[in-house]
Amino acid sequence: MKDLQYVVLRKEHFDGFISRLSKLQKVIAPVSRGYNNFSFEEVTSGAGVALKYIPTIIPPKKLFMPQRETLLEFDTSKGLNAEAVVEYEKITIFGVHTCDLAGIQCLNMVFSERPRDYNYLMRKRKINIIGLECNEYCDEFASCALANTSTPSGGYDLFFTDLGDYFIVHINTQIGEDIVEAAKFFEGADKSHLEELTGLRKRKRSLFRNEVALEPRYIPALFDRSYNSRVWDDLDERCLACGNCTHVCPTCYCFDIRDEINLTLTAGRRYRVWDSCQLETFARVAGGENFRKERSSRQRHRYYRKFRYPIDRFSRFFCTGCGRCSRTCMAGISLKETLASLIEELEETVSTLMEGNY
Amino acid sequence: MEKIALRYSEYNIKKGKILRIRQLTEYEKLFEILLEGAERLDHEPGQFIMLSLCGVGESPISISSSPANIGDSFEICVRAVGKVTEALHKLETGDEVGVRGPFGKGFPVRILEGNDLLIVAGGLGIAPLRSLIKYVFDNRRDFGKVHILLGCRSPRDILFIDEVEQWKKRMDVYYECTVDRPVPEWQGHVGLITTLIPGVHLEPERTFAVVVGPPVMYKFVIKELLAKNIPGRQILVSFERHMKCGMGKCGHCQIQHLYACQDGPVFNYDEIKYLKETY
Repeated sequence: MKDLQYVVLRKEHFDGFISRLSKLQKVIAPVSRGYNNFSFEEVTSGAGVALKYIPTIIPPKKLFMPQRETLLEFDTSKGLNAEAVVEYEKITIFGVHTCDLAGIQCLNMVFSERPRDYNYLMRKRKINIIGLECNEYCDEFASCALANTSTPSGGYDLFFTDLGDYFIVHINTQIGEDIVEAAKFFEGADKSHLEELTGLRKRKRSLFRNEVALEPRYIPALFDRSYNSRVWDDLDERCLACGNCTHVCPTCYCFDIRDEINLTLTAGRRYRVWDSCQLETFARVAGGENFRKERSSRQRHRYYRKFRYPIDRFSRFFCTGCGRCSRTCMAGISLKETLASLIEELEETVSTLMEGNY
Repeated sequence: MEKIALRYSEYNIKKGKILRIRQLTEYEKLFEILLEGAERLDHEPGQFIMLSLCGVGESPISISSSPANIGDSFEICVRAVGKVTEALHKLETGDEVGVRGPFGKGFPVRILEGNDLLIVAGGLGIAPLRSLIKYVFDNRRDFGKVHILLGCRSPRDILFIDEVEQWKKRMDVYYECTVDRPVPEWQGHVGLITTLIPGVHLEPERTFAVVVGPPVMYKFVIKELLAKNIPGRQILVSFERHMKCGMGKCGHCQIQHLYACQDGPVFNYDEIKYLKETY
């Protein structure tokens, strides 16, 4: 294993790099879709790539866990015949922000945990990832300092940092090295380039400050005390139960499994589609009983699945701080505000207790 | 987009043939299913399968037979209440179904061995409990005293009535049944199942209570069991949830941080007593 390897790509070669890469395999990158809206889509040149973008409407999870995915194909015309299948595509994703790299890491953990999901794992192996650093906050919805995702911590083959007239590129894997070799536009990085990168990271440390008034390590304890909080009742009154927050979340992976039959009425497929714990029917059983009937309980469930439950299972938050849930919410439910309200409520409780004691 | 067959996918289904169908009541049927090649399902009492009717869908169904009692087949007791179960009720002997599983943590039979059992079944709760009851009868000398309390809406809703008649006659089981809505010829108890519990003579420290029934039943039954001084870890429950995957991923069966499909469906009271979203 060699030391950290850095190369440099001059900006004037960016277009050529993407063009050449797209001839080798399908390249997916953020593109602009109207005012402040971006989407991961196929590109064939650097011109179409949005280098400065706020988190895309749908995170790159759509490439790892498609919105609709065939799991099983069956034919019942000559007795029951069924075969599990996986659909995949060899692609390189360019421009994945650190929050979304973290999101992919979360999904990797979930689907590689036994019993393993081979549909996901198979597809994952065919995807190369090129990350792209955020030099500053994308907007006021982000909470990447809280989620500790403002700087890269693995999960990519190559990682680009924009330093003005060039990118400095960290090569993390052999796949990354192969891309660099095949593209031929890269030059070795020298000391001055590395110093500029160090300078940027230093500036970022003072820029990206925890967005809520509680140290991240105390957040699980906050949730341990907030199950019966009034904050959930407030969300109950505002939430429209549309499911947007979970669909745009890079770590939400709940799904439904459905069957679809051809016009022959004998053959068809079983597929999974994204589902949402925010929808009223999600936790309902055949007899009609619904275990999360209230919107407050469903919103609470969403927050606990981000900040409390994954701590025991995966030792990390399942919030990457991307801000998509807050950005997309039609009712203006904001993750940062919800956390702030929980913190405030707990502080009030604590001070009341203190007054009682002394 | 490329597509390949995935031999080791957990979504592959085993082929099963319906050997026998018994109409148990107006709404419930018992299906005996044999897997292709007489493969054993190899389940524990209390586990469930994902039953698959290709083109209609999948549904989680608890297993009603004991792993020890019949040859290679297994049984499921199904109420026609949804898309898949209604389609299943239309099938005939010899028809094929798909099976995934068994899934989940069943009743801890090896821990139960040597102890007394108080089995409390409300309504369709007898479906998973029958796998335990039959297992206990198949290995009767390995268990202590066995009490079975059955609660049903009306006498005509009693499932496995022929077997229930046998329980009544057996000298090694204490059996009581109560119904909410009696018919004139009914001679048994009338009222909620909770009313049967105070009358049971049991030694709480060596008794495991196993409770399965509709959600509303748990709170009241557990209260009675605790009043009998049965320790929380010796009160076992099984929760019904609409699992879609069975592998702790799809999220539908989640009870706070627990997944009913992997961590359950059987839990002891101490594990779940502080949780919401349970019943």
